[in-house]
Amino acid sequence: MSGLILNNVTKQFGTFTAVKDVNLTVPDGTFVCLLGPSGCGKTTLMRMIAGLDLPTKGSITLGGEDITEVPTHKRNLGMVFQSLALFPHLTVGENIAYALRIRGMPKADQQKRVDELLAMIDLAGFSDRSVNKLSGGQRQRVAIARALAISPKLFLLDEPLSALDAKLREAMQVELRQLQQQLGITTIVVTHDQREAMTMADTVVVMNGGKIRQAAAPVDIYRRPADSFVADFIGSTNLIPFSADGNGRAIILGEPVEGLALGGVNSGTISVRPEDIQITAPESGSIPGKVSFVRDLGGTVETFIEAGGQQIVAVSAPRTRPDVTVGQTVGIRLDPLTSVVLTR
Amino acid sequence: MRREPPQRLADYAPLAFPAGMLIVFFVIPFATMIAVSFFEREQGGFYQPAFVWDNYARFISLFFGKVLGFSLFLAIAVAIACVVIGIPFTYLLSRTKRKLQVLWLVALLSILSLSEVMIGFAWSTLFSRTAGITNLFTALGLMAEPQALTPSFGAVMTAMTYQALPYTVLVLYPALVRLDPTLTEAARTLGASPVRAFFTVVVPALRNTILATLIMVFIFALGSYLLPQLLGRPQHWTLSVLITDQAIYQSNMPFAAAMAVFLVLVSLALVGLAVYAGRQKEAV
Repeated sequence: MSGLILNNVTKQFGTFTAVKDVNLTVPDGTFVCLLGPSGCGKTTLMRMIAGLDLPTKGSITLGGEDITEVPTHKRNLGMVFQSLALFPHLTVGENIAYALRIRGMPKADQQKRVDELLAMIDLAGFSDRSVNKLSGGQRQRVAIARALAISPKLFLLDEPLSALDAKLREAMQVELRQLQQQLGITTIVVTHDQREAMTMADTVVVMNGGKIRQAAAPVDIYRRPADSFVADFIGSTNLIPFSADGNGRAIILGEPVEGLALGGVNSGTISVRPEDIQITAPESGSIPGKVSFVRDLGGTVETFIEAGGQQIVAVSAPRTRPDVTVGQTVGIRLDPLTSVVLTR
Repeated sequence: MRREPPQRLADYAPLAFPAGMLIVFFVIPFATMIAVSFFEREQGGFYQPAFVWDNYARFISLFFGKVLGFSLFLAIAVAIACVVIGIPFTYLLSRTKRKLQVLWLVALLSILSLSEVMIGFAWSTLFSRTAGITNLFTALGLMAEPQALTPSFGAVMTAMTYQALPYTVLVLYPALVRLDPTLTEAARTLGASPVRAFFTVVVPALRNTILATLIMVFIFALGSYLLPQLLGRPQHWTLSVLITDQAIYQSNMPFAAAMAVFLVLVSLALVGLAVYAGRQKEAV
């Protein structure tokens, strides 16, 4: 068995359970994002993978070897911290060479590797600079190069881009993904930013309350959320309650809708993405509602509609924007193929 | 916030009080001492104004040289002992729970309330043959029979380190608490064992604080004169003991003043050297 395997990993701090019975398999060379709100246990999970915290229960296997009890410094991994944790008393080159120096690599080889890494992160010639005199983005790159110096089996990043401004962050996400694909290194990133997760990951692991709610490819997470938490956390969505009428139809906001795969349940919630909601004239077969607000953002138009006592948001491109005004009565159509029935 | 430099003379008024205190209680006495160090001693009396180098000349001798050397050696040894004990202790303390930290700090602060005399006599009892810790070692079977550990150099060192350690911890504590704990974690993920991480990351990252602590304890220990007398042999007496002896028992104020001025100059030179060395290393 290769790759990283977490088996029933649980972490308790006193009476508080930070991570509960987590099972996860990360195949070699994949990019996984642990995504969730703060306090969901994602950082604790990463710290256990790094060996900085020990699991209360469960086991962690890397490349077929049980590393649950192996101390951090013997795990041969690379980790980038949220604070970056660059050593302030060392230069850029010395920071990157730290892991090599600890392993007793000859000075000349160290310098060669440092130059290689500096070229990779576009900071060639920065070797003798003080880390305190770098910009945020440069410090970020140095932290990444330092973690990759020994070509680790596993590359961990804890909220690595949170200190950067929005534009730089977007650029770094793409760079990080390209770097990972180029090196083929198994990578795990902790983030609370869903855009970041969607941009970089092969697999997004959505966590809440110390548990994995769903682990799937980004598009699947978005298109087929496993539950209402995932549907609501990833992107924005309309969560609408429904009940089955017994003839295979669902009663949504008082109107029967055909074609939903209800899976035999009597009632539940459906998740409909705002871009999948169509606004029409108040005609038969559509759900009647009243426009309460229109937010024109230039690139997209959001229409807020009151229907059956609930607020529904529809998003459309400016070219296909519905010709509606506040207070107008309209009809809503849901696409049964893109609406997801949530049973839990 | 923008700070404007003081514009009018009245803006300097808040400085008047501290400046006045400093002049009255430091500058004037120190200047007097420098002046007295050039005065002539009057046999059977006090001293008379003069400008002679005799007092300094008398000081340049093997005997006083040895005492000065020992004083500096003792102060440096105490400073190093305090820092060597203080850094790991404070590092571990800063990683414990808040409540435990407060308890330890209060206990350390309470040592500061003990006078040098009490510390001296407490240690001389602890190191004595009749009531000392060697009785405990004998009871535990570690020693054949109790023995006196004082007077000795070890006893002087122990008591002075004990006295200076609270200051060391209190100076190191804020720096260690502020030290980003992820620095050591980063070192560990990069392959350094916890001990290695401590020596390759924590200690070098705190170099300036450590240097400042060494200087502070050095100066603190240089002025010690009671503990060497209580716990040491005459060869363990510091220059401060001789200065007191000259000033109070021999009534030779000019000579005592000359020794004091010399001591200040030598320690200033050493501190300057340490700061210079620290800067040089930083520049590399």
